[in-house]
Parts: sequence; C-alpha cells; structure tokens
Amino acid sequence: MTATSPAAPGAPAPAAAPGALPASKPRGMFVRGLEVFLENKLAIAGTVLLVLIFAFCFIGPLVYHTDQIHVNLANENLAPGPGHPLGTDQNGYDILGRLMVGGQVSLEVGLAAAVLATVVGTLWGAVAGYFGGAVDAVMMRLVDALLAIPTLFLALVVVSMFPPTQTELIIVIALTSWLTTSRLIRGEALSLRVRDYVQAMRVMGGGSARAVFRHIAPNSIGTIIVNATFQVADAILLVVALSYLGLGIRPPQTDWGGMLNAGINSVYDGYWWQIFPAGIAIILVVVAINFIGDAMRDSFEVRLQQR
Amino acid sequence: MIGFLIRRILQAAIVVLLVTVIVFILLRAIPGNVAIAILGPSAYRNPATVAQFNAEYGFDKPWFDQYLLWLGHLLQGNLGFSWTLDQSVASLLGERLPKTIILVGFATILALIVAVPIGLWQAVRRNRAVDYTFTGLSFLFYAAPTFFVGTVLIYVFSVKLHWLGAEGPQGGVVNDLTDWRDLLLPVITLALVTIALFSRYMRSSVLDNITEDYVRTARAKGASGRRVLWRHVMRNSLIPIATLLGLSIPGIFAGALITESVFNYPGMGYLFYQSAQKQDYPVMLGFIVVVAIATVVGSLLADIAYAVLDPRVRYV
Repeated sequence: MTATSPAAPGAPAPAAAPGALPASKPRGMFVRGLEVFLENKLAIAGTVLLVLIFAFCFIGPLVYHTDQIHVNLANENLAPGPGHPLGTDQNGYDILGRLMVGGQVSLEVGLAAAVLATVVGTLWGAVAGYFGGAVDAVMMRLVDALLAIPTLFLALVVVSMFPPTQTELIIVIALTSWLTTSRLIRGEALSLRVRDYVQAMRVMGGGSARAVFRHIAPNSIGTIIVNATFQVADAILLVVALSYLGLGIRPPQTDWGGMLNAGINSVYDGYWWQIFPAGIAIILVVVAINFIGDAMRDSFEVRLQQR
Repeated sequence: MIGFLIRRILQAAIVVLLVTVIVFILLRAIPGNVAIAILGPSAYRNPATVAQFNAEYGFDKPWFDQYLLWLGHLLQGNLGFSWTLDQSVASLLGERLPKTIILVGFATILALIVAVPIGLWQAVRRNRAVDYTFTGLSFLFYAAPTFFVGTVLIYVFSVKLHWLGAEGPQGGVVNDLTDWRDLLLPVITLALVTIALFSRYMRSSVLDNITEDYVRTARAKGASGRRVLWRHVMRNSLIPIATLLGLSIPGIFAGALITESVFNYPGMGYLFYQSAQKQDYPVMLGFIVVVAIATVVGSLLADIAYAVLDPRVRYV
C-alpha cells in the first residue's frame, strides 16, 4: 500500500494504536474498498453502464417527448424509421419512449424491493443469529420452509389473490426475496455475538436491541451491501417475469416485462423491434449490476485480508 | 452417518410440515369466502353447496381443526379440486407433471453435457480467449430472462428460418417423443440458462481441484496430463455439481414455468400460470406443496450426495 494516496475527506479515521504499522496510514474500510473497486475495469464499465441506463430512463423522457397514454392505431406496428427510431408497438406507442417509461418502473420496483428485502432479511437474520437457541431454530425453520417454495410461484399466488399497485408489488417482491439475506446475516451474527466488544457492551448494560442495531448489523455491512446489489438484479428479473406473465404491473402502466409480453404476440409477424429493445435493456441492467456486485465482493474480501 | 441422515430427514419433514402451514395460511388469505373462491362464482346461487363444502373441509370449525382436516385430506392425496378444469388437482398433476419432468429432465441432461466440458476447458485455458468468451456468454445468459431467450429462439428458428415449431408438443407424454422437433426449442431455452450457471460452478470447481496435491502426485507418478485431467480432476470437480443439481430444483421449476408459458407446453408450470390468471387457487396451492416437497427432497439428496461422493466429508 502506498502512502501517497490521500484518505478521502470525511472518511472515518480511527486513532492509530500504539505500535501499529508505521508506514500505512489507517484508513476507513470504504476508502480501501473503493480503491480495489476502482482497479476493477468490469466494475467501472458496470457502473458507467448503469448510470447511462438510469439517465436514459429518467432524464430521457425530458428530452424525447412521446405520448405513452393515448392509443394511436394509425401508427401501429411501424418498423424503425424516421420519427420512431425503434418503431411502434401494436397500440401505436413509440418503443423508444416506452422503453424509458417502462424502465423507470422496472428500476424503481427492483431497487425499492431490494432495499426493503435487505432491511427485512438483515433484521430477521441478525435477531435469529444473536439470540440463537430456540428463537434461532424457529425463525430459521420458517426461512427454510419459505425457501422451499420457489419465489416466482409464491409471488404469483400472492399477486393473483391481490392485484397489486406498484407500491404493493414492491412489498410483495420484497417479502418473497429476503430469505437468502437473512441466512447470510444469521451466519455473521452467530460469529459476531461472541466477539469481545459485544460481550463488553452487554456487561456495561447494553440491551439486545442495541447489540443487534449498533453492533451486529453495522459489522455485517460488507455482506449486506454485496447481497443487496445482487438482490436488485434478482428483484428486477422477478418483476419483469411477473409482468411478462401478465400479473405484475397492470396496464396502462408498463415495464420491460410488460413490453416483452406485448411483443411476443407480434413475433410471429416478424416485428423484431417489439421484443429486442426491452430484452436487451433487461440484460444490460442485470449484467451491469452483476459486474458491480462481483467487484464489491472482491473489495470487501480484500478489506478482510488486510486486517 | 446414520445419525446425520436421521436428523437431516427429520429436519426436512419439519420444513415440509411448515410449508403446509404456509399454504394453509395462503388458503385462508384468499379474499372473500374460501368456499366461493374454490367452488367458483356460481356457488353464490347455491347456498347448500357452500354449506356442504364448509362442513366437508371444516371451515365452520376452529382454525386448528380446519388445518388438521385439510392436512388429513392432503396426506390422502386429496390436493383439492380445480373448478375451472372440473378435475381433481391430483389427477391434473398426474397428467401434467410427467410433461414437466420430460422437459426439465432433457434440459438438465443437455445442460450437463454442454456445461461440464465448457467449465473444464475454461479452467484449463484460464484467462485466455476461450475462458473470456465463455465467461462473457455465461454472464449474458445468466442475466437474460428465460422468456426473452425463448422469444428470440422462436423468432430466429421458427419465424425466420422455419426450422422448428414455435409451440411445444401438445397432448400426453408420447407426443413429446413423436413431436420431438417441437420439443427442441423449449428444451434448449431451459438448458441455455442452466448451462450458464453450471459452467461457472464447473470452472471454479476445476480451478480449486487443479492445485490440489493429488494432481501433483499423479503427475509425478507419470500419469499424462490428459489422464490426470479427465480421470482425477474431472471426477472430483463433479462433486459440487452433484450438490448443485439438488439445490437448483426450485430454480429449474421456476424456469420451467416461464418456458412452458412461452411455448404453450402443457406441463405443470403452464397450468400453474393459467391457474394464476383464472385465480384457480386449489391448483396453485396444491402444486406449491408438490414443488416444495421436490425442493426439500432435492436439497436432502444434495447433502447426502455430497457425503457419499466425497469421502473426506464425514458428518457426525
């Protein structure tokens, strides 16, 4: 490690213990992690790609105005050409504009569901792992049972019972995908709860809630962040699958899965522009997120090796 | 080993029992009246039928009695009755499950045949062009939604080239073999996604094994590089794949649901999808119990296979 790279301002800089390595300035784990992350070319490519896709979906409609509300049958199934760079669908909607609007929904649902799933999974796993014993056994058997039901099947049953709005869809996806997170965090909690600093805090009179929220969860942050990244990709794939099956986002709203659902009906007519844009958009987002997730895992592992 | 087996089977039994509790809660969560939801909207005109249903399934009793009664029906193989198809769920399962098993079976075999050599090749040519190419491809197919892969295959091979049918074989299992050309696209779709996962695991498994002492020993004793690779390294690298096979059952079933829906292939997943659209709850809940049991048995077998195949693993 070279001492030339300055620590970022605002990084937590713990006081150097006496007798610590003299040359290396103690730096926060995020700074060290970021350095490793930035050395990874795929991670940079993934980040740039993701930023571009977000800009395309959220800033794009401000520049490229299209009518995504009124059906215009005069313009149905137009091939890509002047006025419609990616053609139109069977309702006459401009595909490029629809890709932006639909992308907003897919990305919003994916991100929000992943965050919610991570919060639920982290708390569930931390509590189970911290308390151990009977509490752990009961909580984790429930996780085992829910894991035995494939997420797609469980989510399909729930959305068929209660046709969801966008917010409710986020909740459904989150509530069916927090299980793996909780297992990982439980493992972390099992090893963290016997650490000296947690024991010391307990002796000083700290409660269980403090242990879970202030010690177990923050110290599992690496696992949590890496897992949350992959969760975003999984959540996006789940919401597009539900929409593709016609039970996710309801019309007139759409997302990339809904666009593919509409497109597959025209594939026999050879309207390729109705399936490829949305499909490629999904692949790009998921690949970008996987690159970022892989790089983050490397970053946090390096942090552990250096300790 | 015996103790481990008994504990592991007990644990699996508890998980299956909990799944039935979850499914029962879902059953009770159906909006409105369970009897109406299950018998169909026409039951409104027939209060006697509703009363008879409620008495038969104990929906006039306390919830715990209801659960036990329902579980009793379940254990006797009574998974419920589909009101849209006018058929018992158990008999539907008898018709549709073999179709799904054929699809999933062929796809998994194809995936193994392709993924194992690819993973091995990648590991041997690590960080060369071959490795990068297949890594890129597996990232691509791992990220691609099954329904997009299926749609693209239909577009290329049926719409453009007219080589293969766009719809899976209809009818019973026999038609799968007579109309094998129609079966190709669904099988390939499901296999492509699975290959992406399996080849990644195979690659890292071979890389783990290739640095082991036994490889150096075998080389020192004069075994050729080819023999060491195919005889020693590959057999040991397949152990994690055996485990992975057991654990990927839920994912393969979910993939089958989508694939069957894309190709109108009348298997279990397509039926589940149609039931979800028609809100045919007994079919969905009955199938969830079956898929969950398959998943639990799969992970049980994965654990056992791991212990049997790798003599270093000893459970106490």
